Amino acid sequence: MRFSLVDSSNKGKTTNLARRHQIGKIWHAIFFLSTATGLLALVTLLLSIINQSFGLMAVDYKVDPSTLSARPLEQLSNSELIDILKSNVSKIRLRTLEREKPLDQRTTDELLELVNTQIVGQKIIYTWKLHESIFRRAEIEAEIARDYPNARLEFRAWLNWQFLKNTMSSQAQFAGIRTALLGSLNLILYTILFALPIGIGAAIYLEEYARKDLWYNRIIQTNIDNLAGVPSIVYGILGLAIFVRALQPLTSGALFGTPAENGRTILSAGLTMALLVLPIIIINAQEAIRAVPDTIRQASYGLGATKWQTIWSHVLPYALPGILTGNILAISRAIGETAPLILVGASTFITSDPNGPFSHFTALPIQIYNWTTRPQEQFRNIAAAAIIVLMTTLLMINALAILLRNRYSKKI
Amino acid sequence: MENQLLKIRSTKDKLIETNEISQQLRKRLRLSETLIQTLLLIFGAVSILTTLGIVYELGKESWLFFGREEVSLVEFLTTTTWQPVAGKFGVLPLINATLMTSFFAMLVSLPLGLSAAIYLSEYASARARSLLKPILEILAGIPTVVYGYFALTFMTPLLRSIFGSDTVQIYNTLSAGLVMGIMILPLVSSMSEDALNAVPNSLREAAYSLGATRLETAIKVVVPAALSGIVAAFILGVSRAVGETMIVAIAAGSGPAFTLNPFRAAETMTGYIARISGGDLAYDTPDYNSIFAIGLLLFLVTLVLNMISRRIAARFREVYE
Repeated sequence: MRFSLVDSSNKGKTTNLARRHQIGKIWHAIFFLSTATGLLALVTLLLSIINQSFGLMAVDYKVDPSTLSARPLEQLSNSELIDILKSNVSKIRLRTLEREKPLDQRTTDELLELVNTQIVGQKIIYTWKLHESIFRRAEIEAEIARDYPNARLEFRAWLNWQFLKNTMSSQAQFAGIRTALLGSLNLILYTILFALPIGIGAAIYLEEYARKDLWYNRIIQTNIDNLAGVPSIVYGILGLAIFVRALQPLTSGALFGTPAENGRTILSAGLTMALLVLPIIIINAQEAIRAVPDTIRQASYGLGATKWQTIWSHVLPYALPGILTGNILAISRAIGETAPLILVGASTFITSDPNGPFSHFTALPIQIYNWTTRPQEQFRNIAAAAIIVLMTTLLMINALAILLRNRYSKKI
Repeated sequence: MENQLLKIRSTKDKLIETNEISQQLRKRLRLSETLIQTLLLIFGAVSILTTLGIVYELGKESWLFFGREEVSLVEFLTTTTWQPVAGKFGVLPLINATLMTSFFAMLVSLPLGLSAAIYLSEYASARARSLLKPILEILAGIPTVVYGYFALTFMTPLLRSIFGSDTVQIYNTLSAGLVMGIMILPLVSSMSEDALNAVPNSLREAAYSLGATRLETAIKVVVPAALSGIVAAFILGVSRAVGETMIVAIAAGSGPAFTLNPFRAAETMTGYIARISGGDLAYDTPDYNSIFAIGLLLFLVTLVLNMISRRIAARFREVYE
């Protein structure tokens, strides 16, 4: 492909022109297709995740649940479930269970899990994706009837209410993301608590107070720009060395009398995430403050306001929508971040809800990572369901950012 | 005489009086204002502390790592086996895998990202752009662990069905690299587009007036004028690819391997750090120290890349503003 702008040999000739326009059209199409490829990738990604979170599964039961009760197990009351347990579990086993926690004190969910694990013994043989379940249903049914005559074929939405409500389980069909979701939200709370005031404060300093000709102000600015490009895993290493190890008395809660056995706590993770998002928050807030017109400041000074009065009651209200948007975007990045959490030691198997800053924790992206790396197919299914929950959370947060921005922009 | 003395005294009083007035008019030192300014300066300094913390911790633990009997800096940088159990610490297989995944990522994101940028900046109507650009940028907001999942459950099976499941392993660098390319695409395209948009319209008009077609204007005039911005975007993309962790941890495989075959599993630097620190890592073991040594390498590489990128981008801004 060769073309030139001014070609003396071309003078007066138009034969080349058609060719040049044709090449132009071809490249126009190529440029458009490249853009479309990006969109296609996005659509494929979303579809493949939805495809994994619904579909058929073949299950084998030790005892068919329909022989235990006429109604589905999920609709039974506590006493009915206890009756089923008493009539189907051996006396010795029942006594062990009673010793762990008396049956009549357990919740419906716990009883249901007992019935499922102790009696029904549901075992997943294989799971299919959504498109296979729809288009190859007959084949799948024939295959199951041939290879596993005892197995039953069920359609399963891996993303369901139970999935949101349950805690961890070693079996995919009983596992849920309750602790992970709560862990993520708790973690973000501490991140916001530390990163927000420090980030906005630093931005105010750099934009309103700092004289650009002073060497230390220039260093702070360059440093922030560089920190924004540091890989997240390096922040994880920093968090491991500083918060988990060096500041263990503080982050494990030993100083406050409620010690966890080590520093791998929600507080450590929240602080690490705060350092990670700090440069992003500062840079975004700086831009928002810079966009406030100077006339506002001059008018305020003209009325005799001090510097801080000017900033607090005139600059910040104007910059607030921009600062909020930038902050929320930074926070949503922190929710999806996984690598630093691996470093600061998020556990994968936690069954109790996080309580306070010094509890061990797991988080949504950590669960997704953990389930994805398991060999069994059904864990891929619940990983996909967890991804939908994560992305929905992010979507809601971003929608909130847009709403807030619109609302506050109108007021000013 | 007495009269003169009185006169002098009165001028002196007057002087003191004016002095008092000017003192009243002078900016008063307000304690609360100074306190606030100091507090804000301390907030700004937190970022400096972060950097110092990173440099100090990475440096200290790396020093301990290279201070071990079984480790030497020369062997670390030149040998091709990474087997901490056998006392072999050659970082080259990890670097090699990182370079391979980054290479594939840039192979996807540079041409696609640049083409998309040219389309959005030179061809698309204002309406199409306002629709397409935010959609592309959604790609940048998707958590990396989701991309990792996508690589393992979609890209790898796709590659295996194309090239045969005998040649393509379940974990391979190609799949991770390609998906990473999709992740970096919006970064390259939006930075390049900014660079293209910054080229003044007079240049385009000059090219049109000389009879150039739209493509010729874009390729021969606008892109060269914005080249430094595009290069900056590219370098930043490489830096992002080198530091990316979750995609390679999930899809590129665990276990260092020195191979140039894109269909084979090979662990990258970041993948190694993630795997080693996954369990309860005991302090002051060779494993613990090694993540800091590799982390230091990673930090230095990305820092240098980012600085080069910003230097180039700054030069390009000077030209047209």
